[in-house]
Amino acid sequence: MPLFEEGLVSLSQKLHNKEIKASDLVDEAFTRIHEVDGDVQAFLTLNEEAARSEAKALDENGTADNEILSGMPIGLKDNMVTKGLKTTCSSHILENYDPLYNATVVEKVNAQKAITIGKLNMDEFAMGSSTETSFFAKTKNPWDLQRVPGGSSGGSAAAVAAGEVLFALGTDTGGSIRQPSAFCGVVGMKPTYGRVSRYGLVAFASSLDQAGPITRTVEDNAYLLETIAGLDRHDSTSADVAVPHYAAALTGDIKGLRVAVPKEYLGEGIDESVKANIRAAIKQLESLGAVVDEVSLPHSKYAVPAYYIIASSEASANLARFDGVRYGVRAETNDLIEMYKKSRSEGFGDEVKRRIMLGTFALSSGYYDAYYKKAQQVRTLIKQDFEKVFKDHDIIVGPTTPTTAFKIGENIDDPLTMYANDLLTIPVNLAGIPAISLPCGLANGLPVGLQMIGRPFGEETLYRAAHAYEQTAGFTLTPAKGAMSK
Amino acid sequence: MSNFETVIGLEVHVELKTKTKAFCGCANQFGSEPNTNTCPICLGHPGVLPILNHEAVDYAIKAALALNCEISRETKFDRKNYFYPDNPKAYQISQFDQPIGRNGYIEIEIDGEKKRIGVHRLHLEEDAGKLNHLEDGSGSLVDFNRVGTPLIEIVSEADMRDPKEAYAYLEKLKAIMQYIDVSDVKMEEGSLRCDANISIRPYGQTTFGTKTELKNLNSFTFVEKGLAYEERRQERVLLSGGEVVQETRRYNDATKTTTVMRGKEGSDDYRYFPEPDIIKLKIDQEWIDRIQAEIPELPDARQKRYVEELGLPEYDAMVLTQTKTMSDFFQAAVAEGADAKLVSNWLMGDVSAYLNSKYMTIDQVPMKAKDLAKLVKLIEKGTISSKIAKKVFKDLIEKGGDPEEIVKAKGLVQISDEGALRDMLAPILEANKQSMIDYKNGKDRALGFLVGQVMKQTHGKANPKMVNKIILDEVNKL
Repeated sequence: MPLFEEGLVSLSQKLHNKEIKASDLVDEAFTRIHEVDGDVQAFLTLNEEAARSEAKALDENGTADNEILSGMPIGLKDNMVTKGLKTTCSSHILENYDPLYNATVVEKVNAQKAITIGKLNMDEFAMGSSTETSFFAKTKNPWDLQRVPGGSSGGSAAAVAAGEVLFALGTDTGGSIRQPSAFCGVVGMKPTYGRVSRYGLVAFASSLDQAGPITRTVEDNAYLLETIAGLDRHDSTSADVAVPHYAAALTGDIKGLRVAVPKEYLGEGIDESVKANIRAAIKQLESLGAVVDEVSLPHSKYAVPAYYIIASSEASANLARFDGVRYGVRAETNDLIEMYKKSRSEGFGDEVKRRIMLGTFALSSGYYDAYYKKAQQVRTLIKQDFEKVFKDHDIIVGPTTPTTAFKIGENIDDPLTMYANDLLTIPVNLAGIPAISLPCGLANGLPVGLQMIGRPFGEETLYRAAHAYEQTAGFTLTPAKGAMSK
Repeated sequence: MSNFETVIGLEVHVELKTKTKAFCGCANQFGSEPNTNTCPICLGHPGVLPILNHEAVDYAIKAALALNCEISRETKFDRKNYFYPDNPKAYQISQFDQPIGRNGYIEIEIDGEKKRIGVHRLHLEEDAGKLNHLEDGSGSLVDFNRVGTPLIEIVSEADMRDPKEAYAYLEKLKAIMQYIDVSDVKMEEGSLRCDANISIRPYGQTTFGTKTELKNLNSFTFVEKGLAYEERRQERVLLSGGEVVQETRRYNDATKTTTVMRGKEGSDDYRYFPEPDIIKLKIDQEWIDRIQAEIPELPDARQKRYVEELGLPEYDAMVLTQTKTMSDFFQAAVAEGADAKLVSNWLMGDVSAYLNSKYMTIDQVPMKAKDLAKLVKLIEKGTISSKIAKKVFKDLIEKGGDPEEIVKAKGLVQISDEGALRDMLAPILEANKQSMIDYKNGKDRALGFLVGQVMKQTHGKANPKMVNKIILDEVNKL
């Protein structure tokens, strides 16, 4: 059995007992990468030399008891700045950008002595649902190389699914952790807004962005979130809420858990095969003692347009700093305005430009009230929808995505269909609440994601429910080995 | 007399002298080597987040309270979007619709007439960097030391009716900022900057005329001169049947004129929206009370006290309180026991003349308040004459020191011993017998001559009062 299939707790124990070495884990990562990444193309930059020497140092000095992540190979989405390790956001404009500092999440995994294997592909500036907008490479779904891994954290989800790393970090602005996790058959958590510091995540939409773990198991996910969560003096929107020991919530007991199923989440636009898997999963939860109830989230149908206005507006300001003046790609001209125009025209891809223009328009004088302000009002209504349901329910359950992974090239020229792919994940970001996606079987050979949505800072409950389901679902998902050597 | 009424409003930017910048830990310091007070945050690198400096908020609240503003209990920051190389994030963190302070006023005084000028709003924002254009035109260099320095923008109401009022408003605003110690308010270093809006309208018209905005106003005098020129220019335009065009104009001191910088069509859409990286700021009563307690006595209150408690004339009180340094110096000298009016006379007379000639301020000379107080007391006690005092003063203001020591070292002590004086005077009076007789015969001027002779021969050291008395005694004996 490949080492990474054993899971974090077992590997950590073996490492402490010196049954395995950190170098073995790092070896496994690079061996697997060299074996399959030519097909999968999850990685943009490898950190091989540093990773191997860190592993060697750990082998020599041993690991401390409180460092469960010690020696564990981790992959980082390429929008997390890493000092001395190129950070591109999969954009031409940052092609050669070497950050001056580490993101807080990077500092935190470093402090636990996890070993960074490399930087993972993504949609350019996290804008996209298929990782096809990356300037550098198209990552493939390890389950079917003709298909997308989802996005924007497509590289992170694919690398975990393909066994190239034990786990990875992604970011989620409208579904970018959960949707690729669903497509690749792995576990992805979008934490409560403010749970994890955003310092050092290259901002896409500041009021929506959150970093979170992508793992093979719920338990691994709980440990990784505990590591990266918490108040950060560098991020004034990070929350001063104590970080629980999430793994302690994994009791397997969900008797009496009040589960809400929104009728909108099993309605029009959702594939029948997806619905069937979700219904089976809900039955499974019921059999474990959960009390299931149908509810309504009436404003969720406005979530996608509201999201594209708010996220694009914020992005139009966040991406304005990429102007060629101080770092990144600069087009050579003798005129300042020309330099701005050319640098940005050449540096950004189509999807990024589309959203910058959309956001710039929405914020323009005379349109602000009709778009940005209205979208914020919709956001409040969506939030209230959730608050109402959570008055007498503990979690909300539904699919993560309307379909399983689609084919590369299928939606890339049709932005509206692409955007609709996020209709089940976006409301969660607008409300700032946590949600997890975990595999609930296959449909036509492709993974289906089960989404569980929780109260603000209710990650423990989500882990408990997800873990109980995972332990009793009776299947393990591993992409067919053959898929990656076609 | 013009048929038009002038309407002026001012926008003033004041840099706050907090220890660190508004949103990062870099030093807030003028005059460092270019790009040394910078970090990834103020350089706008990918992924950075602003952390609000609460000292800057304290200073802004202090300024707002000192300008009699209402304080917003709930306030927030907004992004003002524009591209320019000195603006690394391509947006400036500012405040759009919830400024920290609103509806305040500044009281000005012109020729004894007092007038309140409204303060429309006061908000906190960050400064930009500085572009240095290369002389050969080959390019520009950016210095980011200043970027992220906290600024307050103070927007007046359009309440001023004369360029002189604009000048007085700026003087008072500067004084208040100095008193509360939130800024260096040095125009030459850019820690105080001013743009002026001006329009004219026929007397009696209630709506405003079309305004122009003046920039490049590098001193208060330029503000006044620029406005005065613009007032006449707009009047000429209207009288010749033309229309004033809304535009931004640059003041040129060499020609004392204003020229078009850019028209209205150049005005930008800044696409303000709430800054998502900074949480809303709640300012509670406790916070306001704490800052209120830190505000010292302001110029208006001091002026009033100098008149009512120290018996100074209104004019003296106004002049002395114009800068905090002068006012502090005055108070310190009075606290040493010197007579307030005499101290005031020195400060407004010889001291100011000296400072003006050297382009210095009172805190830059070696003379300390207690030294001037001593000098004044020496005169009061009759130890030295006013004439001698002038000699001592010259030493004192240039080199500092104890006036008593200076007097001793130079042997300038006034001779007030009657016996000694009578002995000294006897030969002088004897030599000028004719003048004594003239005076006795009613020629008043002769007394002055006699005193002058005595002072000349005693090198000014004789106590003039006693000299007078002795001469009169001697005349009566004739």
